[in-house]
Amino acid sequence: MRIPGKGLIDETQVSFRFDGHAYEGRAGDTLASALLANDVRLMARSFKYHRPRGPLTAGSEEPNALVTVGEGARRDPNVRATVQEVYDGLVARSQNAFPSTSFDVMAVNDLLSPFLSAGFYYKTFMWPRAFWEKLYEPVIRRAAGLGALSGEPDPDQYEKAFAFCDLLVIGAGPTGLMAALTAARGGADVILCDEDNRMGGRLLAENEEIGGMPGHVWAEEVLDELRDMENVRLMTRTTVTGAYDQGTYGALERVRHHRPRGPLPKSCFWRIVAKRAVLAAGALERPVAFRNNDRPGVMTAGATRAYLNRWGVAAGKSVVVFGNTDDTHRTARDLIAAGVHVPVVVDNRHDAEPQGDYRVIAGGHVVNSSGRRGVEAVEVAHANGRRESFACESLAMSGGWNPSVHLACHMNGRPVWNDAIQAFVPKPGMIPGMTAAGAANGTFSTHGCLEDGQQAALDALSDLGRKAEADTLPPAGDAPYRIRPLWAVPGRGRAWLDFQNDVTVKDVKLAAQENFRSVEHMKRYTTQGMATDQGKNSNVAALAVLADATGRAIEETGTTTFRPPYTPVPIAAMGAGGGGIGFAPQRFTTSDAAARQSGAPMIEAGLWYRPSYFPKPGETTWRQSCDREVRMVRDAVGICDVSTLGKIDIQGPDAGAFLDFVYTNMFSTLKVGRTRYGLMLREDGHVMDDGTTARLGAHHYLMTTTTAAAGNVMKHLDFVSQALRPDLDVRFTSVTEQWAQFAVAGPKSRELLQGLLDAFTPEDWPFMACGDISVMGVKGRLFRISFSGEHAYEIAVPSRYGDSLYRELIARAETLGGGAYGMEALNVMRIEKGFITHAEIHGRTTAFDIGMERMVSDKKDCIGKTMSERPGLMDPMREQLVGLKPVGAVKQLTAGAHLYNAGEEPVRENDQGYITSNCYSPTLDTVLALGFLKNGRARHGEKIRMVDSLRGLDALCEVCDPVFLDPKGEKMRG
Amino acid sequence: MRITCPICGERDIREFTYQGAAVALDRPDPEAGDEAWDHYVHLRENPAGRTRDLWYHSGGCSAWVVVTRDTVTHEVFDTELAEEAKA
Amino acid sequence: MAELKAKTPYETVTGGASGPERMEVTPFVAVEVDPGALTSLAPYKGQAKALSTALEAAHGMGLPKPNRMTGKQSAQALWFGRDMALLIGPAPDASLAAHAAVTDQSDAWSVVELSGPGVDEVLARLVPVDLRGHVFKRGHTARTLVGHMSASVTRTGADSFRIMVFRSMVKTLFRELHHAMIGVSARREAAGAG
Repeated sequence: MRIPGKGLIDETQVSFRFDGHAYEGRAGDTLASALLANDVRLMARSFKYHRPRGPLTAGSEEPNALVTVGEGARRDPNVRATVQEVYDGLVARSQNAFPSTSFDVMAVNDLLSPFLSAGFYYKTFMWPRAFWEKLYEPVIRRAAGLGALSGEPDPDQYEKAFAFCDLLVIGAGPTGLMAALTAARGGADVILCDEDNRMGGRLLAENEEIGGMPGHVWAEEVLDELRDMENVRLMTRTTVTGAYDQGTYGALERVRHHRPRGPLPKSCFWRIVAKRAVLAAGALERPVAFRNNDRPGVMTAGATRAYLNRWGVAAGKSVVVFGNTDDTHRTARDLIAAGVHVPVVVDNRHDAEPQGDYRVIAGGHVVNSSGRRGVEAVEVAHANGRRESFACESLAMSGGWNPSVHLACHMNGRPVWNDAIQAFVPKPGMIPGMTAAGAANGTFSTHGCLEDGQQAALDALSDLGRKAEADTLPPAGDAPYRIRPLWAVPGRGRAWLDFQNDVTVKDVKLAAQENFRSVEHMKRYTTQGMATDQGKNSNVAALAVLADATGRAIEETGTTTFRPPYTPVPIAAMGAGGGGIGFAPQRFTTSDAAARQSGAPMIEAGLWYRPSYFPKPGETTWRQSCDREVRMVRDAVGICDVSTLGKIDIQGPDAGAFLDFVYTNMFSTLKVGRTRYGLMLREDGHVMDDGTTARLGAHHYLMTTTTAAAGNVMKHLDFVSQALRPDLDVRFTSVTEQWAQFAVAGPKSRELLQGLLDAFTPEDWPFMACGDISVMGVKGRLFRISFSGEHAYEIAVPSRYGDSLYRELIARAETLGGGAYGMEALNVMRIEKGFITHAEIHGRTTAFDIGMERMVSDKKDCIGKTMSERPGLMDPMREQLVGLKPVGAVKQLTAGAHLYNAGEEPVRENDQGYITSNCYSPTLDTVLALGFLKNGRARHGEKIRMVDSLRGLDALCEVCDPVFLDPKGEKMRG
Repeated sequence: MRITCPICGERDIREFTYQGAAVALDRPDPEAGDEAWDHYVHLRENPAGRTRDLWYHSGGCSAWVVVTRDTVTHEVFDTELAEEAKA
Repeated sequence: MAELKAKTPYETVTGGASGPERMEVTPFVAVEVDPGALTSLAPYKGQAKALSTALEAAHGMGLPKPNRMTGKQSAQALWFGRDMALLIGPAPDASLAAHAAVTDQSDAWSVVELSGPGVDEVLARLVPVDLRGHVFKRGHTARTLVGHMSASVTRTGADSFRIMVFRSMVKTLFRELHHAMIGVSARREAAGAG
């Protein structure tokens, strides 16, 4: 019910829909305040018992009023109606109810509640195991669930961003505003974050004066000053969700949750780096546990005042107030002044006196509520035990306030118990650089908050090396906080502690009785403190009940662990921009466009995209294209972009010595103008990478790495040079991207180059030669190297010419009966030649295993040498690289299949090795494979059984040399 | 977490790649024997408290950095270039 | 005789030849630029001073300190990482090779100029470094990340930055800049509209 003339929001009307009905609200309303204004207070059903629920609070800690906002793929489940702002066209609906909130068939759970107590799932759904997936899980999911995701990809845009400041102020109530103002006036860079859409905190919800003016007016004046300062950034709708190491804070900004769809991102996840921080997050009010305290219309007194004073909405025409601090009287005064009937104020303190024209029951309790779909009456027990009933439409209750210590505890700190305020407060220094101030630190008076905020800012300024003086504080209320502990009203029936998870006082007692006495165990056993509100309303009361049940003090019982995030953060915001192709950078070669134009399907190789094969008209399978491309290279000439291989330019007087140290073989002896294959080990003696390195000058080398290991090799070289051998004068840099490099392979490669290069004498380019060339007027490099086993070259030009040269090479190759070949053909040809890739050097193989132990020079030390000589790594019974050919009508040899001796059971104990690479060789018209076999080099000619359990294959093969084709390399060298 | 690169200044952790204990700086002589090599390549302390480890400024200047920090509080005490550090 | 045609990084990956890429999302513009030759200079041991002198003599500016750029529009020396500077503009003088590893990188990088009022807000979506004007001033540079890409970011003016990523990643760079530009632009519009 809206009270004319009350509230701080303007009169602009907005239309929205809730559960299919159209309503009017006002700009500045939350969904909860707008619905209450329309006398709708039933907004949700509870998680477990499907009890009807209305809003308990007016903030982000709301446990009950969870709704789904939006429709289709854009819907957002579990949105708190107390946070969601209404706007024209907003569509929201209740959740966890079928068919509707007011009539919910699952409410039968409530009748079954005697059987659904704490630990019910653990006790009931124990066995049989098969029932879990088929029965229990689906049933529980349907019966006890919050809102559901759409199951479709999220079409909305999200953002993430970085921000930096001297001082981060978390919360813009009196404390935060004063802290921000003091720091900003002192010249610090300030970010002030508040999760609300309007700054001011409790000043917007209370009748409080600061400096002789209403608190919200004072707040607006401070904000006006802050808005005009260049060193201040105000971030509304931004919840600081986590405190992390070295002054990093996570914060979620709701950018477009309060307006219709448009180009704005929906939310933004900020990483804020702050030299200092002030936690001014305020405090959260505690409900009191009594029988049926979850009935719609029962809410915290602070929420009652917030709806009244900020939104001009009364929770009912008559409101009973119940509590244990002066807030009960503050609530009664505000309600009466607004014309709301207050039948009685139940102040649990025995010395309570009325502070206005209303009746007070001192030392009493509210013991029960009744009503059909919401509160219609409450039953009160006097101090002497006498019972009295009061008709009312709402109950405002307060069990005192809990400082919002959460962020202060995110680095595993535990708050300390403060007996005077019956609450936990942060311990100083739990987050380096952060100070808690105001209500978050247990200071509850307005004056105290201003003073605290100012002092925290002055301390921060001083830490930052800035001088600042304390301005005179405006006068404000400074009444003491007097509280009588009140957690749970004694008596029968279910009294709710955790509204969101339907955990009652009885559940916590049962947990203690069944020996789940540790607070962490109690939490897991009862589910208290889980889900979206993370026990913000219930943790302290629940552990007070646990403390009582276990005969311990509250401080002795301790708290559970506070972890980020403070409020839920959508994964979509944390991973903003990372969906689909945004997941990782895409790297495209200079021939990418040409390859795609010719229809080549691209495959990912690390971040790179490379052509798989180049289909010709009439070819319907990749194998047809691949076979043709292999024959084309073997018979004529093929072109392949090999630019993705890592290229590292190495220079300096000690370049040769450096290479000798990182490679197993010698490079200082390599002649200028020559290229050599090199093998690189890790320090543990296993192979890291391989590739060719060319000597371009006396002190100038060019190393190539495999595509996959380029980054790792660079990191390794940096490590060796900086950390192990800083004595060597050598410099290197990646030139992978500088050069576009293409393999020109096949018997006609020489002929192709003769027409292309400006002056080319083939006799000057023996196998493994390298040097400068000129191609159509452009300076490039040529390498006489081969990964196909054919007479081949690799030609490199600066990348700007890559596209142009590639197209020229293809055109010339085609006139010679050749063309482009892709990764599939490249792989087939290297298997035919027994050349290894990372399928073979997969991290567990040694030089010995791949038959290259002679490449480990005994003339020098190198990385990995000592450890590679361990007897275990030279054991002949290790698995060694072999070739495998099928015996008989075998259709397939498969990578990943294991090898067994013929006649032995294919079980792990008998394992003889495994296959790493396989292909169909069009050259030899047979399937081939490379693999590792125990003592394999001595077993050429032996028959071995291949078993692929995954694909159900079982075949016999013959062990042979891994080089299937041209074992002497005559074609390559010729 | 933030790490101060001795060259670039304080940076977000995402710019760095973690490697492992700074023991890796202390490469033994090839003839140092099995025990020394075993220790160098395989054996690592797992301290709850002060530790020295290697980070690579992969998303920055490519420096290898020795970071002295506390594994419990996550406090960073000191950073220095690997090329200047004595293990 | 035919000749090889040079293409910008963006032209290369799109297979077209439409000139340098220009992307505008009011009030921001990202445009592919050709800064001339790019040459990495890595001074040998103890040669930094000698290199700086030679650089000064040949090209008019000394070796930059970490996180800084030296020189004028026609010839700049950009700090480019540990023990490395990037000479931008002129072809390197032969005298430099006596003191440093000199490597042509003209084709290795995609160079994009990003500008517009308050453009550091766009980069705040992508770069984990404080780029605000009073902290990261004209002539300041950083080796850092743009999204997941290793990058060099330099402030070239009150409202402009030069961003360099590996040539092969130019498409990703433009895509990520676009995403960030749209977000900031929409916020400005929303704030302007009240």
